[in-house]
Amino acid sequence: MQSVYLVLVAVVLLFGVGVVFWNRRRSAQVSTSTAVGRSGPDASPALRTRMSKARSALTGALVRISTRSGITNETWVELEDALLMADVGVRVADELLAGLRAAVKAKEIVEPAQLLAALQAEMTARLAGADRALHLTPGEADSPNVWLIVGVNGVGKTTTIGKMAAQQRNGGRSVLMAAGDTFRAAAVEQLTTWAERSGAEIVRGKEGGDPSAVIFDAIERASARRIDLVLADTAGRLQTKSNLMDELSKIRRVAAKGKGRVTEVLLVIDATTGQNGLAQAREFGAATRAVDIPSDGTGVTGVVLTKLDGSAKGGIVFAIETELGLPVKLVGLGEAIDDLVPFDPVEFVDALLRVD
Amino acid sequence: MFDSLSSRLEGIVKRLRGRGRLTEADVDEMLTEIRTALLEADVNVGVVRNVTGRIREQAIGARLSEALDPGQQVIKIVNQELTAMLGGETLKITYASHPPTVVLMAGLQGSGKTTGAAKLARWFKSQGRQPLLVGADLQRPAAVEQLRTLGRQIDVPVFSEPGDPVKTAKRGLAEARRLGRDVLIVDTAGRLAIDTEMMEQVRQISKAVDPNYTVLVIDAMTGQDAVAVAGAFHKTLAIDGVILSKLDGDARGGAALSVKEVIGRPIAFASTGEKLNEFEQFHPDRMAGRILGMGDVLSLIESAEQAFDKDQAEQAAARMLDGEFTLDDFLEQMQALKKMGPLSGILGMMPGMPKEMKGAEIGDDALRPVEAIIRSMTALERRKPELLNGSRRTRIANGSGTTVGEVNRLVKQFQEMQKMMKRMGASGRGGKKGARGMQGMPGGFPQFN
Repeated sequence: MQSVYLVLVAVVLLFGVGVVFWNRRRSAQVSTSTAVGRSGPDASPALRTRMSKARSALTGALVRISTRSGITNETWVELEDALLMADVGVRVADELLAGLRAAVKAKEIVEPAQLLAALQAEMTARLAGADRALHLTPGEADSPNVWLIVGVNGVGKTTTIGKMAAQQRNGGRSVLMAAGDTFRAAAVEQLTTWAERSGAEIVRGKEGGDPSAVIFDAIERASARRIDLVLADTAGRLQTKSNLMDELSKIRRVAAKGKGRVTEVLLVIDATTGQNGLAQAREFGAATRAVDIPSDGTGVTGVVLTKLDGSAKGGIVFAIETELGLPVKLVGLGEAIDDLVPFDPVEFVDALLRVD
Repeated sequence: MFDSLSSRLEGIVKRLRGRGRLTEADVDEMLTEIRTALLEADVNVGVVRNVTGRIREQAIGARLSEALDPGQQVIKIVNQELTAMLGGETLKITYASHPPTVVLMAGLQGSGKTTGAAKLARWFKSQGRQPLLVGADLQRPAAVEQLRTLGRQIDVPVFSEPGDPVKTAKRGLAEARRLGRDVLIVDTAGRLAIDTEMMEQVRQISKAVDPNYTVLVIDAMTGQDAVAVAGAFHKTLAIDGVILSKLDGDARGGAALSVKEVIGRPIAFASTGEKLNEFEQFHPDRMAGRILGMGDVLSLIESAEQAFDKDQAEQAAARMLDGEFTLDDFLEQMQALKKMGPLSGILGMMPGMPKEMKGAEIGDDALRPVEAIIRSMTALERRKPELLNGSRRTRIANGSGTTVGEVNRLVKQFQEMQKMMKRMGASGRGGKKGARGMQGMPGGFPQFN
């Protein structure tokens, strides 16, 4: 009897949803956008020094591998483990190692040290050339830039906004926060604390109110007060909740309706996140892709990798960037205001391959 | 986005039909796929190595039964192994003879401790207890405020005071005694396992309140780091049980397996939604299936049993296998399906769904045009869609506010499905049950392009 239900559900789903899909394919549109000026965060302490605080010295796989006299089976196992332990994912790891295996077979690589260098070079090369700048485009004084911060629950969106606000304030820009997380208890209070710390203004709505309305109001206020940048917080949501993702699409549309220009949609990813990070990037990208305003953004514009000061290496963003083309722009390394730094691919890869 | 284990094993299994035993080579080939499935589910590399080793021992030489295909048998072995690993001992709450029973919450930032504390308080309340929540997270701005709001929602008092978290926890304990509350739940700040200062602080809190249960909250989306985190917290605090949070997403949750392996303590609760009542006891068997990408079939069947009318469902299924399933049947069953909750959730739980459908955002009104088209057909047309000529299609498109193209695609898709049903019916009637036929279904489904 149980299987009857499964068959029925499957049929109804495959048919009904299949038709929906087919129709969607038909009407899918491609939107393009252009980015103009830019403004990164101010020069910050090197990622390497910050991260090495959290990690022990080079004692792991890199060293073990390079001290071995030749490339053995164990070398490959250790390399694969290092990649997998960093959460880059089994597919990416296989792909990277396949390239190296070919090079070893062709005798292009003979020494273990060469092997490591080649892996590091390959990974760094894959991360090269991405646009990691935070876009803050000058425009009419009453047309503020809007940065929308999105992500699943508990990744550190509110904290990231707090740090970003402080950095932008230090860079001489006026900032207004939009407390768009009207769902989580006391999220507004949390953001208010950050606004006070950083000297940013804040527009708050009612708990349980419509987040689109709060963000729209915030942008209008910023426009009236000639504020440079609106940092819009949103409630954490799992990408499988269709109603919440629809709400996010609405937020994205409404944010572009008034005087503001949405110049960044930043997806916050927790460094401890495993393979689900890819699904997050894909779904948040789809939900924030504003098809009806083709000149104004193409979904998520960049990734903020938080909590990299722990033991997690955040390798999933390697997969997210190389497979989905979403550049990692910022890295969070702690709870202090200057603990949000630009992403550096070389140092990231270096730390990734280190095994503590 | 991930292939289910059964579809991964399909190719290998085909060659094994009719053999009596699995050879070492067969098993190794399958283990490669099993390993990939586990790694994609975020099971720790080291744990994967142990698991595959154990499965190898059991699978080699295992007698293959005639009735089941070898792939199913291997999956059964894997499933049993994972279930055994995830389950075993359960966390039994023994209330302290001198109340209050103290529960200490610990975990990384953002893992869901505060929400978890409130959910746990609600659970204790439902067990007839009178909990008191203590907000000892004085780190994160407004964390205490969050706990107070949640406390109000479930009508559980919250104690906190600014300053020192260790003192707050201690005062909370005194407060519970004073008020006669018999369970004390202490929420602590999120901390990194490698932050020695903060780990020392939580150890001090633990020392101050001497908890009966120390609960580690782990995010179901956690990757390989779960092992390091669980190990470090266990070393500092001696964890008694685990709450797995954010299990309502589509993460496969391999972290659960890693954590269980590392600290050997039971996973007691699973947090399955943002609402405070979305909190349930952990089911090892369901989790095993989920990690293997087999969908959460049991939960799905449970909700289907409630939503569908039993007799109607059986009749519809019978007509389906005979190739007589009509658009009317579809419409009827779709109404039942709607009762099961958001479509995207059902899609996520469904085993063997095509990848592109599984990860997609499907709103609940996505099916509305499909319904509108069918409702715009006459009774005869619904039974015999082959009657639909150009003018009828135009009428239906106009009537349903859709385009002729959409009507065409629906009809074509339906005919494809009928053909498939017939094939399934023909092979399924040979003594095997419907579930077997299902395995072949997604493969036989037309591509939408």
